[in-house]
Amino acid sequence: MFRKHALGFVALFVFAILLCGEVSADSAHALGEHDAHRLLIGTTTSLDATKVLDTLADMFERENNVDVQWVAVGTGQALEYGRNCDVDLVMVHDREAEDTFIEQGYGVDRRVFGYNYFLLVGPENDPAHVSGMNGTAAFAAIQKAAQNNPAIIFVSRGDNSGTHSREKLLWKEAGYDYTSINSSPWYREAGAGMGQTLAMANELSAYTLTDSASWATYQSNLSLVPVVENDNAFMNVYAVMRVNDAVCPQVNTEMAKKWINFMISDKVQDLLQSYGSEKNGIPYFNPGRGNASVMGVSDAETKMLLG
Amino acid sequence: MNDLLTGIETAFLLILTADPEILDITSRTLTITFMSVLISTICALPLGTFIAFTEFRGKTTLISIIQTLYALPTVIVGLVCFMLLSRSGPLGFLGWMFTPYGMVFGQAILIIPIMTGLTITALQMIDPLITDTIRSLGATRVQFVKTHIREARFAIMAAIIVGFSRAISEVGTAIMVGGNIKGHTRVLTTAISLQTSMGNFSLSLALGLILLAIALIINVCMGYVQSR
Repeated sequence: MFRKHALGFVALFVFAILLCGEVSADSAHALGEHDAHRLLIGTTTSLDATKVLDTLADMFERENNVDVQWVAVGTGQALEYGRNCDVDLVMVHDREAEDTFIEQGYGVDRRVFGYNYFLLVGPENDPAHVSGMNGTAAFAAIQKAAQNNPAIIFVSRGDNSGTHSREKLLWKEAGYDYTSINSSPWYREAGAGMGQTLAMANELSAYTLTDSASWATYQSNLSLVPVVENDNAFMNVYAVMRVNDAVCPQVNTEMAKKWINFMISDKVQDLLQSYGSEKNGIPYFNPGRGNASVMGVSDAETKMLLG
Repeated sequence: MNDLLTGIETAFLLILTADPEILDITSRTLTITFMSVLISTICALPLGTFIAFTEFRGKTTLISIIQTLYALPTVIVGLVCFMLLSRSGPLGFLGWMFTPYGMVFGQAILIIPIMTGLTITALQMIDPLITDTIRSLGATRVQFVKTHIREARFAIMAAIIVGFSRAISEVGTAIMVGGNIKGHTRVLTTAISLQTSMGNFSLSLALGLILLAIALIINVCMGYVQSR
């Protein structure tokens, strides 16, 4: 009886061993690449969702002997990966959080490579009548109107992403304490990525803050419309920086530096200028080149690294 | 409703056209799951056998603890593995964070308690008459254990299938430890999670159906081995 099964068990075992071989080959590959041939980026989701990173990684891999990989998460989590030395680079969009990251000694060589705009989207009938207002006024108007109109709902990312950070800042600039906003019945924290948050806002006919790249990616499935856009308070600046090798000696500094220079090089800036235009009429990300004053950053932050 | 139908349609289309990315994701899913099930089997079966056949103080408590771990949330396993495997964690020197190795490690931690617990149950469920008979025939300890394992082999096989099912369907650990890196650590469940977050519901559903189809094939194969 046992002997009859033995063959089957042996076959299963051999099969499993073969699979082992495959995984360890795969991982040995990954491990070997960890030092010099793998560049791991912690990135904000919009760069991944728009597929621009796929194009950029292909370009970069053709010129350099490296495998570019990325983990697409919110800005908060990407920076946390940096603090743990688990990524070589971060590509994020939250000035305040980035400054803290640099002050704490984790981030170096910050360069700004592009920008787009946040926009406030909401139901077409615009129950809070915010259409045409400026950013902070619209936030204030939503808060006021929501007090006596239960149809008004605001959905927040609620996930410490760059978009969530900006939303918190806008509430503050509109004169509200975020803790009280956060506990209001008309305020819903999705705790999710941009796509899911937009889907939720769509289902609830609610307002939400989004970035223009994500909006262009997802808008075809949604009945929401932009109510406030192109507002100066809605400037959304994307930056890249490497994880400090003095704090994290394991990071791939050489490739990280090359990637930073690559991001602000003319060919990538040219690509950003047109990327997405065919599909949406406007690019997902405007190039940072020559736009330092528009983005409100210093000239030095758009210049190549030396050495 | 529309998404449901297109989802089913997409699933068939993806399978029939042998979409290269889907093939890649599927084979990676299988490799990682088989590895974690193999490692867990090697750990859990002897451990479960040892616990079942040894009398010691606190045995009942230990079994209760093992059974409580069946309810381990996958995200918590992912989080703990992240803390262990991160370059700044105690096992950071392995360099397993964001690699398939780390995913196998996480899944093994997730399913070892289940497979151990079910092995113990399988061996304890054996008819006491059989146990008495074996003992009265003067079996040595090795013969005793061997006979019991043979008697419980279907239930032990079921433990392996349950472990496999939990490993292939979990997403929390895979996404935390693997990072869902395209072409490297993206498996079926993390791809489903990504596509759902991007609003591509029918593609998500299609990937879910592919996962279920694989589970069905594996179960049929296991059933065939059992019936032999």
